[in-house]
Amino acid sequence: MEAGDVARALRRMAHEIAERNHGLDGVVLVGLVTGGVPLAEQLAVVLSEFEPAAPPVGRLDVSFYRDDLSLRRVLPHAVTDIPGDLTDRVVVLVDDVLFTGRTVRAALDALNDHGRPRAVQLAVLVDRGHRELPIRPDFVGKNLPTRRDEDVKVGLDGVEIVRRFATGDTSASVRTEAGES
Amino acid sequence: MSELAERPAVAGEFVLRGAEVLDRSGRRRADVVVSDGLVVAVGEGLSAATVLDAGGCIITPGLVDLNAGVGQPGYEETETVHSAARAAALGGFTTIVARADTHPVVDSAAMVKEVLAFGAGASCRVLPAATVTVGAKGERLAPLAELASLGVRLFADDGRGIPDARLLRRALEYAAALGVVVVQFAQDPSLAAGGEMHEGVWSSLLGIPGIPSEAEEVVVMRDLALARLTGGHLHFRTLSTAASWAMVSGARRRGLRVSAEAALHHLLLADAACAEFDPATKFRPPLRPEDDRRALQATLAAGEVDCLVSDHTPHSIEDKEVPFGEAAAGASSLEWLVALALTELTLVDVGEGGDRAAVPVGLAELIGALSWKPAALVDPASTGLVERGTVADLTVIDPTATWTLDPLRGASRSRTTPFAGRALRGRVRHTIVRGVPVVIDAVAQR
Amino acid sequence: MKHLLGIAGMSRESLEELLVLADSFAEVNARPIPKVPALRGKTVATLFFEDSTRTRLSFETAAKRLSADTLSFSVSSSSVKKGETLRDTALTLEAMRIDAVVVRHASSGAPWQLARWLDCSVLNAGDGWHEHPTQALLDAFTLRQRFGSLDGLRIAIVGDIKHSRVARSNVWAFTALGAEVVLVAPRTLLPPSLEGWPVQMSEDLDAVLGTVDVVYLLRMQLERQNEALVPTLREYTARYGLTVDRADRLAERAVVLHPGPMNRGVEIAPEVADLERCLVLDQVANGVSVRMAVLFKLLAGADGSAADEGSERVGHE
Repeated sequence: MEAGDVARALRRMAHEIAERNHGLDGVVLVGLVTGGVPLAEQLAVVLSEFEPAAPPVGRLDVSFYRDDLSLRRVLPHAVTDIPGDLTDRVVVLVDDVLFTGRTVRAALDALNDHGRPRAVQLAVLVDRGHRELPIRPDFVGKNLPTRRDEDVKVGLDGVEIVRRFATGDTSASVRTEAGES
Repeated sequence: MSELAERPAVAGEFVLRGAEVLDRSGRRRADVVVSDGLVVAVGEGLSAATVLDAGGCIITPGLVDLNAGVGQPGYEETETVHSAARAAALGGFTTIVARADTHPVVDSAAMVKEVLAFGAGASCRVLPAATVTVGAKGERLAPLAELASLGVRLFADDGRGIPDARLLRRALEYAAALGVVVVQFAQDPSLAAGGEMHEGVWSSLLGIPGIPSEAEEVVVMRDLALARLTGGHLHFRTLSTAASWAMVSGARRRGLRVSAEAALHHLLLADAACAEFDPATKFRPPLRPEDDRRALQATLAAGEVDCLVSDHTPHSIEDKEVPFGEAAAGASSLEWLVALALTELTLVDVGEGGDRAAVPVGLAELIGALSWKPAALVDPASTGLVERGTVADLTVIDPTATWTLDPLRGASRSRTTPFAGRALRGRVRHTIVRGVPVVIDAVAQR
Repeated sequence: MKHLLGIAGMSRESLEELLVLADSFAEVNARPIPKVPALRGKTVATLFFEDSTRTRLSFETAAKRLSADTLSFSVSSSSVKKGETLRDTALTLEAMRIDAVVVRHASSGAPWQLARWLDCSVLNAGDGWHEHPTQALLDAFTLRQRFGSLDGLRIAIVGDIKHSRVARSNVWAFTALGAEVVLVAPRTLLPPSLEGWPVQMSEDLDAVLGTVDVVYLLRMQLERQNEALVPTLREYTARYGLTVDRADRLAERAVVLHPGPMNRGVEIAPEVADLERCLVLDQVANGVSVRMAVLFKLLAGADGSAADEGSERVGHE
């Protein structure tokens, strides 16, 4: 995906979000730290171009809710910032890549601590498959079939698949800055 | 000396062959023949019915430790006279002087006789020290003359010293006539109160209450004046600071009857060793700064240290596996002292690790401080010579043997040492006590 | 990072990492339900050989807000005297499969010894006169909250520095984070040697007062009078107490910190303790966030191994 492709995908997703919710009444966009945050902000900008007002945007760090803490080096990059109580709002979770589904599961837990939303929807720029949990996105920028041993690099300026140098040797994988653009 | 005199142990005639003899008169190639508790011949190419190989070794007059805690009576779970004596013999000592800081303390004829009885059949000779005051309470003098008649030569209120100047004066005056030695533990109780390590850079960083060097030095200063006043023989327990040693050396030059001992740990470790809060590095007096350690090494190298002592202080695990501040001071050391000293202090015959000491200590100075100099304090008749007719208390050291210090394999019941795991070069091979080989090839025979 | 034993020797980066992490937990603590599941299934034991209800509660609250289970070992002096060594106590704890032990001990260095004997994480909650690392972290956090950064701040630590584990931790934390520290105390209440300490020293509080951004007051204990370290508490207050008059001479933006509990009328005048610039309650509140950060850092996740570097992307979505 080139930068133009990303912009087009976000525009389509914005329209789908507005359509599904009959406008933006009660809608809150919540970007997942870190990759989802700029995407949520960009979606809000796009939405404001054809809706009366931009929806509130928050960010959610799910580090403290993960079920795979012991497998990861976890350090929050940003503090959670939720605009007000979420009770009876429609929360659109925004992330860059949907993979195993574990981050989204953690996000659902985390949302619980900020109120009881009327509905939670999921928007992802890239769905790369390989789900480990029964989780399905509501809005998808692009379905991108990948192998498990590949990485997906995402930014507002494009998406690319990065193949690791040697399978099974994770330490040799390409380190990318995806999602931090 | 009647109570202390031991029957010359009967042993067959044997020859120590292939060694050099190092004694007060110097160093020379010689075999030594021992028979009936005495050295009967010294010279090259000697033979006897039994040969104890001493190839490449150094034969010295038996080593004497003036400062060994033996735990018995009262603290048998930490050490007994026999276990301490076995560790001592394995460490090359033919005589140890047992500190009187037992429970109860050794302050009466009955207690002296008891310790002597404990020592019967031990691996080396065990001479009791006794306290200066009854119960080591610092109030009334113990019966010094009676105890001296039983052979006690050193009187010390170990652990607390004699803070009262008037009392120390009386003890020195009284002891002078008896020809015995008053031993002072030099630490001013008020300056040292609450202290757990040397007061200085490290205690400040570590937040541990300190004992300033001056707590020792003010006592040395005062007591040297009392030695001058009384003419008595004053001996200082393990002096730890450069200034203390300078004062003692100066007093000795002025002709005072003073002597002092150094503990090996003060020569090998400085207060920085406490940085890990290891209770094995807790001593009394405490480990001092590096400058004092270097000065003490130089003092030993110059032959100014009267005796090098183990300050062997057995403790149970319960006293050491506790926080630094609560731990008992002192460590186990008899068995490894000579090997540690050879490894860390001398350049002689010490290959690659040889420049450990800034001021290398000559072998003669080291052995002198371990053998004939302390021997002269407890046995005025000793000559410090290995020659025909002398009592066969001999230590045979292999200066090139290499081994590793493993406290769990030691003979002492007390395992605490800050030197565990050290690579050692030099080992006691045979120890001969009154003509009996009590250690042969580094194995205790009894 | 397996243990938190002391601040001395910690880099600016690792201190800042903990402070940034504490920001996240400050957010959690501001929620209606201040609790996250991060340490579910972990067990944290508090082992206090010296009473300090405040510190113990702060640690236990932090652990509970991370969903860890907590155990509280109050070690009365009697059970210690029965011949049980520190090591025995530690091994007993370990047999209960504890993930972390928070230890307070009257003897300097006790947490270091525990760390040698135990496989679990050890957190120092104050050892003797030596260190109190979470206190230093919460103090740094409080100052960062107020000033944005400690860079360039001039901080006076006033009082009984000799016997203070708080001072021994704060000197390292404050200076590592870019502040300048001046110790203010009579000679009798300073450590015997300040060689190697990155600090200035003064015996004159009045001379220092106008030049500092922070006055950090230490607790003055009554016993010091009996040990002849100060003639009387009254004289101490006259020379080193933060009186109303002295507080008036502070720079406008200057703040006052105290590790608590305060001796009102000794090191601090009651009126000064109640001023807005006295941040004592902020310190207490921040204590929980900072201790959550430390527990999380020590207990969550395999720590920085090579495998984690790669798995960051693998698991990411």
